[in-house]
Amino acid sequence: MLAFLIRRLFEAALVMIVVAIVAFTLFRFVGDPVSQMVSQDATIAQREALKAELGLNDPLIVQCAHFIWKSLHFDFGISYKFREPVVNLLGQRMPATLELAAIASLFAIGIGIPLGVYTGINRDSLLTRVIMAGSLIGVSLPTFLIGILLIYLFAVTLHWLPSYGRGETTSFFGLWQTGLLTSGGLRALVLPAVTLGLFQLTLVMRLVRSEMMEVLRTDYIRFGRARGLTNRAIYFAHALKNTLVPVITVIGVEIGTLIAFSIITETVFQWPGMGLLFIQSVQFADIPIMAAYLLLSAVIFVTLNLVVDILYMLIDPRIRVAVRA
Amino acid sequence: MSDPILSVKDLRVEFATRSGPLRAIDGVSFDLNKGEVLGFVGESGAGKSLTGTAVIGLIDPPGKITGGEIRLEGRRIDHLSIEELRRIRGREIGMIFQDPLTSLDPLMRIGDQLIETIITHVAVSRTEARARAVKLLEDVGIPAAAERVMSYPHEFSGGMRQRVVIALALAAEPKVIIADEPTTALDVSVQAQIIALLKKLTSERGMAVMLITHDMGVIAQIANRVAVMYSGRIVEIGPVADVVRQPAHPYSMGLMGSIPSLHAEHARLKQIPGSMPRLTALPAGCAFSPRCERADARCKVERPALAATGMTTSACFHPVTSTVAEVAG
Ligand SMILES: Nc1ncnc2c1ncn2[C@@H]1O[C@H](COP(=O)(O)OP(=O)(O)OP(=O)(O)O)[C@@H](O)[C@H]1O
Ligand SMILES: [Mg+2]
Repeated sequence: MLAFLIRRLFEAALVMIVVAIVAFTLFRFVGDPVSQMVSQDATIAQREALKAELGLNDPLIVQCAHFIWKSLHFDFGISYKFREPVVNLLGQRMPATLELAAIASLFAIGIGIPLGVYTGINRDSLLTRVIMAGSLIGVSLPTFLIGILLIYLFAVTLHWLPSYGRGETTSFFGLWQTGLLTSGGLRALVLPAVTLGLFQLTLVMRLVRSEMMEVLRTDYIRFGRARGLTNRAIYFAHALKNTLVPVITVIGVEIGTLIAFSIITETVFQWPGMGLLFIQSVQFADIPIMAAYLLLSAVIFVTLNLVVDILYMLIDPRIRVAVRA
Repeated sequence: MSDPILSVKDLRVEFATRSGPLRAIDGVSFDLNKGEVLGFVGESGAGKSLTGTAVIGLIDPPGKITGGEIRLEGRRIDHLSIEELRRIRGREIGMIFQDPLTSLDPLMRIGDQLIETIITHVAVSRTEARARAVKLLEDVGIPAAAERVMSYPHEFSGGMRQRVVIALALAAEPKVIIADEPTTALDVSVQAQIIALLKKLTSERGMAVMLITHDMGVIAQIANRVAVMYSGRIVEIGPVADVVRQPAHPYSMGLMGSIPSLHAEHARLKQIPGSMPRLTALPAGCAFSPRCERADARCKVERPALAATGMTTSACFHPVTSTVAEVAG
């Protein structure tokens, strides 16, 4: 178990180094840090001095190592546009994105799994057909369209929910602005979270449904019935549990996707998160932010992958054995 | 003689298909007495498993019991509610399936699967259920049972897993066990052990057994009576010794030919030519008539009913009544 974890951490570190090299390449070659930082009428000498100061004359390998070393200390440089350390900018925006992604995931999992279980058990009921037809809409409508439709219906027409922004937030030790503690903040979360999570919800539901139908055909379910186990035991203790390994894999990746690619939803709802920051940084070719965002996304995916691997072992004893061997 | 523990009368099972119902079990009747092992043999597709699943109420749609009755200790069980049926399964009637490798939930400790089954049917505490689980594992011959309750299915060999499956089927002490080819998936060396175990456990507990198998050797070893099935019907039923030694139905004779060691002169019997008709193309009269050397015009149009023929009961207009030599003539 420990050896497995160490091996996995090692692999994760390798992935991160590769991503860091890509981020460095972006950082070093796509933008020109010097021209972004000096004024228009700086002399060539001034430029050269700055270049030397920034270490841009060093060998590439040294620069790259330097970049990685600084990244490890959360030093991603200064944003060209905001003239502020990138880490501060990301730090301010991160709570908004993480809270949005967390609520969207809860929404997707909390509704997707029960619907998947229901439609997997009652394959042909009328309600199942309605749900499956509805889920097709969820898969096929683009996110921005869903967002706009929801805004039109619940904000513009019915005035039930705000159409943009985070609403009221409270601060935790000045480090974390949360929208989860005020009714205004919670209300502001509803539409973006639904918009962001809807696709994942249908994905989770369809996956759970097909896995349930698969598992319900197995011999151990049949034998469970032959022993007179209750439906509850059959469906939840045996069937659902056996669907979890593939379901958790997908959920892990999807949560990463929610965090890293909430760009569209954040844009539609003017949600002050990292996605919005990223889209602004693209417009201004604000390379340090883009490079840092790339690194952050990689960290999120690698971490989620690790969590998924650990969950596998907790769920499936056969994987534990394979790991020990 | 006391009343049978299980009594099946004129059972009919049909599958609804687009082109109308397919009758897979047609008029099957038999009694199972207390402590008796009744074997079911016949070719693949004859309806042996389906008869067993009908008795335990586990036929999957589009299959459905469309006629006849099933009585357990005199009480009809073929039209109970889903919940009433569930309480009977495991508690009154248990079932063992063919494949021990896939019959156990891979993610649950076998102890928990046993405890779960016991608690479902018997009002005992978890601790007591656990003690019973250990006892059951000991009874089915699992060494170091007290430790093995904590193991997962993949930690057992095939034969050991089938023992666990048997323990699970016996967990709530049912009166009737349906064993559907319980040894087919196992190594030959293990098969005999499992059969011996089944025989020992069922006779100790006075359980009645429906033993479905392709293996006449197994039947000869532990069954009291045997029913020969063909195309969804019982074509012959009687004490094992009689059906093996003096089968009356031409099809049974052909089947017995597959165990020459039991009775030397049958070794000369040739394989039955042809194959069992598909359910979609059942002949009008006796389903075996197209393959039967003794069939005449009547066999093609009229369906023979089960009747006493010599030592056994069989469904044939021209039963083999005396010696084997008669077949040739
Ligand atoms: N879902 C189904 N739809 C249509 N026919 C079915 C279905 N399931 C089973 N049958 C038919 O029911 C008949 C009896 O099948 P059953 O499984 O009882 O045979 P069996 O005697 O147990 O054979 P085997 O020795 O291969 O296990 C077969 O002819 C089969 O084609
Ligand atoms: Mg079968």
